[in-house]
Amino acid sequence: MAELLLELLSEEIPARMQTRAAEDLKRLVGDGLKGTGLEFANARAFATPRRLALVIEGLPIECPDISEERRGPRVGAPEKAVQGFLKSAGLESLDQAEKRDTGKGEFWFAVVTKTGGPTAATLPSIVDAAVKALPWPKSMKWGSGTQTWVRPLQSIVALFDGKVLDGGIELGGNMAPVRFGDTTRGHRFLSKGQIKVSTFADYRARLMAAHVMLDAEERKSLILSQSHRLCREAQVTLRSDEGLLEEVTGLVEWPVPMLGTIDPQFMGVPPEVLTVSMKTHLRVFTTGAADGSFANRFVMVANNMAPDGGRTIVDGNERVLRARLADAKFFWDQDRKTTLEDRVPALNGIVFHAKLGSQAERVMRIETLAERIAPHVPGADAGQAILAAHLCKADLVSGMVGEFPELQGVMGRYYALEEKLPNAVADAIGDHYAPVGPNDRCPGAPLSIVLALADKLDTLTSFWSIGEKPTGSRDPFALRRAALGVIRIVVENNIRLPLRKFFAADDLMAFFAERLKVQVREQGVRHDVVDAVFALGGEDDLVRLLARVQAVQSFLATEDGNNLLTAYGRAANIVRVEERKDKSLASRIQGAPDQALLVQEEERSLHAQLAELSLGERMQREDFVAAMGELAGLRGPIDAFFEKVTVNVAGDDRLRLNRLKLLNQIRATVDQVADFSKIEG
Amino acid sequence: MSDASARSKPTCFQELILTLQDYWARQGCLILQPFDMEMGAGTFHTATTLRALGPRPWYAAYVQPSRRPKDGRYGDNPMRLQHYYQFQAILKPSPPDILERYLGSLEAIGIDTSLHDIRFVEDDWESPTLGAWGLGWEVWCDGSEVSQFTYFQQVGGIDVDMVSGEITYGLERLAMYLFDKKSIFDLPFNRIDSEVPLLYGDVFLQNEREQSTYNFEVADTDMLFRHFADAENECRRLIDRRLPLPAYEQCIKASHCFNLLDARGVISVAERQSYILRVRDLAKACCEAWLATQKEPA
Repeated sequence: MAELLLELLSEEIPARMQTRAAEDLKRLVGDGLKGTGLEFANARAFATPRRLALVIEGLPIECPDISEERRGPRVGAPEKAVQGFLKSAGLESLDQAEKRDTGKGEFWFAVVTKTGGPTAATLPSIVDAAVKALPWPKSMKWGSGTQTWVRPLQSIVALFDGKVLDGGIELGGNMAPVRFGDTTRGHRFLSKGQIKVSTFADYRARLMAAHVMLDAEERKSLILSQSHRLCREAQVTLRSDEGLLEEVTGLVEWPVPMLGTIDPQFMGVPPEVLTVSMKTHLRVFTTGAADGSFANRFVMVANNMAPDGGRTIVDGNERVLRARLADAKFFWDQDRKTTLEDRVPALNGIVFHAKLGSQAERVMRIETLAERIAPHVPGADAGQAILAAHLCKADLVSGMVGEFPELQGVMGRYYALEEKLPNAVADAIGDHYAPVGPNDRCPGAPLSIVLALADKLDTLTSFWSIGEKPTGSRDPFALRRAALGVIRIVVENNIRLPLRKFFAADDLMAFFAERLKVQVREQGVRHDVVDAVFALGGEDDLVRLLARVQAVQSFLATEDGNNLLTAYGRAANIVRVEERKDKSLASRIQGAPDQALLVQEEERSLHAQLAELSLGERMQREDFVAAMGELAGLRGPIDAFFEKVTVNVAGDDRLRLNRLKLLNQIRATVDQVADFSKIEG
Repeated sequence: MSDASARSKPTCFQELILTLQDYWARQGCLILQPFDMEMGAGTFHTATTLRALGPRPWYAAYVQPSRRPKDGRYGDNPMRLQHYYQFQAILKPSPPDILERYLGSLEAIGIDTSLHDIRFVEDDWESPTLGAWGLGWEVWCDGSEVSQFTYFQQVGGIDVDMVSGEITYGLERLAMYLFDKKSIFDLPFNRIDSEVPLLYGDVFLQNEREQSTYNFEVADTDMLFRHFADAENECRRLIDRRLPLPAYEQCIKASHCFNLLDARGVISVAERQSYILRVRDLAKACCEAWLATQKEPA
């Protein structure tokens, strides 16, 4: 058994592409090996800013022989067909083939064995194919070549069982190929010259000595542990940021975390502004003080160990940050000289969407919606809701949001607070884009709820009205996210909102139902039960819909519920079969059965039970538990009915019709709660 | 990269330019002079846009005064100018050691790469008006952007035959970093021990004020609309006459008229895209016409 070591060294690979590319390399080489019948023990892939590496252990030295059976022509087939078969199978004469009866006659068969040969001879083409097939999100040509890679490919280590593989990757044009070899390079600044490697263990150790930490997980945990240590020493806490950590890990081969300080003159700028500026422009981590407030230290992760202990690097980063924050502070100071109200007219000049007009028109629609939603949200003042809606987009024309679009809403809140507008109004402005993702906080204050709902309902109804509905994976206006936002806000805050008052489109309501299914699936809510309740139609109050769904689902989990579902299925099935035989039946079995024709005890008892129910009324009062209790009570009589009563009595059509009416009544009664036919047994 | 002929570390703006010219000359680049027309970036110089196309190798470096009327701040903002300098090096086909050569240029201008943290951060470049794009990086030195590095893939909507490695240094920003100045206007233009030492502001502050006023307030928009149309027509006529170089100059002229009109705020959001597309069509036609001349035997 032997080891395959592969390293593709290139110029700097974008951080966001590294992990995926390493996995792709592993998959492509692995598939190539399996395609030639080569089994292996395990494969591991690694990525740094300059290299993809792959080690595959437990490969055989020789490829296994592959024998293949080929069916030829029928015995006695024309000479031409026989010759063709012999040629394609590589046989001299039919003596080397065998006759076999396939059950459909006798045929010639040839067993062709391909000898495997040395693994080292098949590997180059597998590596070549994998390199050419690797799907980079964006790739490029370089020099005069035609081969593409994410950035220019510089060298390749390709060792099998300690020996360099033959060949290399052709680059096209008049460029020399990148030949397979056994040398690589270390860190761009901390290592000089070429490094010769033999095995993976040797490769990894030599890279480490050349200041390259091959494993991204190792770099990540080093960044974290050293950053935490630096923070502890400075009595601050690191504010974790998974996305940033991931990116920073992909920017360094030798991570060196260092602590920097924010100039105190900027500490009055809102922390969100400082954070965005630091994160997007410098890729540095922010820290918090003991009381949870924003601290004036930050952690940068350098890719170099400087002889001055990093002083130059820290100074440089602090200087850049000062310049950036001076910009941010300038906007903060300037923006506060204009009120939000005074900014509103400028929204006329910003196009929201060619067919939907300007942001100003959008604001007017949101104002109307907010006014209509407010009465449904306890504690929300309609006047304040209109004011918050009126001002909610004003920060889009502020200097700060122009520079940092991701601060929309956040800045509106700060400016509102600076103007001494009511806190609730400021918070509503700040919250109205939320929740922007499944993990984002959901607004909870009454006014915030109103505005966040108004914003999303406007987005949904507006784009729906111009036919911009999401299809498949295309959802350019994030309408799914908007619908999920509405669902979360309504459900998490228990808001009784009749959605149909806000739009007429049936398919928009169905869109909500689909989103709701996705949203509640994680909480273990069954999609078929949602369908069953939703199928009754007319339900546009998501809170009631869910309460109903939950009641039905827990009922179905009981023995009574499960049994009733079976009985319902049986009743519905009999009716359906009869209806199919006789098209006129459906209209004749509507309504209550004739009491006089209920001859058996079980019929009478079932009928009495059905008559006693007040399911509709209980549903109306939203007393779902009691309704389920009533349904449970039906189980006994229905079971007894099916046990003793024959529905399709021969020769007495009146009796038969009456019994079908009774069955139909079961269905109609149960369907008041949910369309049980939609429930999967 | 230490070389007996290498200059000592630059101490002022003009020495930065001289050092870069000297360095890239030693890398085999032609040292060209700026293109003598108004343009938004060094990329518009024929030495880049047109020379990036076709099968002939090309190494060149030059300073290009760049005008971005909208970026003017009347000299009030210490970090923004409507007229500034780019230094551009273009190596076609890109040599395998181009990054090492680039890092050598940083050493030459006084950035000791062992003391600093140099990063190559993904940054793909695209010029909608030139119909050009490429992949590359923003180069950071201790968090400060010191260059843009691009491997050209398409110019004028045409796939390149041979890839150019293009390096752009924003000279003022780089000088602010090197000489530790908070304001562009405080940069020493020549050596402070010169007979007549002058700062960047001494040379350009008045220009920034006047040009900002012109760009934002005074420029005659009717005239500019006319000039745009004239340049567009002339460009087309010259392409028909198979004169790609004069045609391309008209394209540059149209592009600058558009930039001025944009700064004057007379082009609506909806129209903006259509103007960009009109310039792009010209650029594309010029590039195609130029390419036709390059594929003919010289």
